[in-house]
Amino acid sequence: MLWTAPHPAWLIDGILITLRLAALSWIFAVLLGIFFGALRTVPFRPLRAIATAYVEFFRNVPLLVWLFFWYFGAPEVFPEFLRQWFIRHGIEIWSAIAAISVYHGARFAEVIRSGIQSIPKTQLEAGIASGLSVGQTYRLIIIPIALRLIVPPATNESLNLLKNTSLAMTIGVAELTFATRQIETYTAKAIEAFTAGTLIYLVLCLGISVIMNQVERKFAIPGLIARAERAEH
Amino acid sequence: MSFDWAVIITNAKFLLLQGLIGIGAYGGGTLRLAIPAILLGFCVGIILGLARLASRPWIHYPAVVYIEVIRGIPLVMVIFWFWFLVPVMIGRPVPEYWVALTAFVIFEAAYIGEIIRAGIQSVPKGQKDAATASGLTYSQTMGSIILPQAIRNMIPSLVTQFIVLFKDTSLASIIGMMDLTKAAQTVSEREIRPFEMYLFIAVVYWAFTYSMSRFSRWLEVHMSPERST
Repeated sequence: MLWTAPHPAWLIDGILITLRLAALSWIFAVLLGIFFGALRTVPFRPLRAIATAYVEFFRNVPLLVWLFFWYFGAPEVFPEFLRQWFIRHGIEIWSAIAAISVYHGARFAEVIRSGIQSIPKTQLEAGIASGLSVGQTYRLIIIPIALRLIVPPATNESLNLLKNTSLAMTIGVAELTFATRQIETYTAKAIEAFTAGTLIYLVLCLGISVIMNQVERKFAIPGLIARAERAEH
Repeated sequence: MSFDWAVIITNAKFLLLQGLIGIGAYGGGTLRLAIPAILLGFCVGIILGLARLASRPWIHYPAVVYIEVIRGIPLVMVIFWFWFLVPVMIGRPVPEYWVALTAFVIFEAAYIGEIIRAGIQSVPKGQKDAATASGLTYSQTMGSIILPQAIRNMIPSLVTQFIVLFKDTSLASIIGMMDLTKAAQTVSEREIRPFEMYLFIAVVYWAFTYSMSRFSRWLEVHMSPERST
């Protein structure tokens, strides 16, 4: 049943859209996460407060609400050119990317903050003592070390992001869960359709965690990983 | 376009009573789903966590497979599995509320099980040896020695998981259960005021989750072992 046309094509399209949505959202979320995560640790209170407000507000509200907000609510208050851009480039997928990036950006910020805070303060002081500015110390010393320390929790968070792209089906993005449901609707064969969808998600998630285990081993800083893990708890 | 406060005020009663608490013609309700889901998920999670640590392979491996499979698929998938399969299996339709509750317990128990396992492993092994040497049985050791210490260690991650579960209950709206999200959807379709509606429920969700995380921080401080000894 699954192999009769057009069902395989729907599934493959679904996988591709899921991966595209996940990849684009991941890039934006990581950038937001690094920016706000670093900002939460800087020795300047107003900046910290802005970053805390962002993190606490966006990660404490369900992603589904953000999806509906970005899809139904936000476009009506956008300036005209932005709304036109959204509509021209596919409002469903860009609303989904916006919602997932902003939500997971807040969650990545927490991961990155705990990574940065597990780095001894002396690193920052040593950087400043060597004549670097605070910005340079962050860019050249703190953030590179933190990124290597946080590989395990960041992998976890990336898998969460991948699984959460399934919510985009609610605003009509034809990703993998959407394709699974579509097959179910057309064939009334729920078990086969959901088995296929479930297995594909399992393979994607397991694949990513195997790859990330390799990455983790490659980028591990000898003697420092144990400390990062302890700081996690 | 200006922000319309009136639409929030006139619909607040429906959103909060029906959507949040679940009092009204539609059943459902975010809290009415979240609270039993958290309690049941916690109980099943303890069993799963203990099973994963068990030395007998026929208890250990099923728990490992269960936890790893559930953690590898999105919650929406789990909800759909129950939504489409349970009626086929038992031969009659099941109310959305029960589908959602079952799916949440099954799903969250896997995550809570992992937290329990990590918590139990964080208790020094000497505690277990000492309890066994004093003549306590397995259930006495777990019940009065290991779990009380383990749960204290895992309060932060547990509360985080409860917050995640609370947010996840919004997914029950996908199968049509009348929770806070579905109530906002219904109202915003009628009033054509999505911006105000979704922002309002975002604030309601936030108020709950943020106070939960504050409470967790308070518990961490007041229940830390350093303080109680």
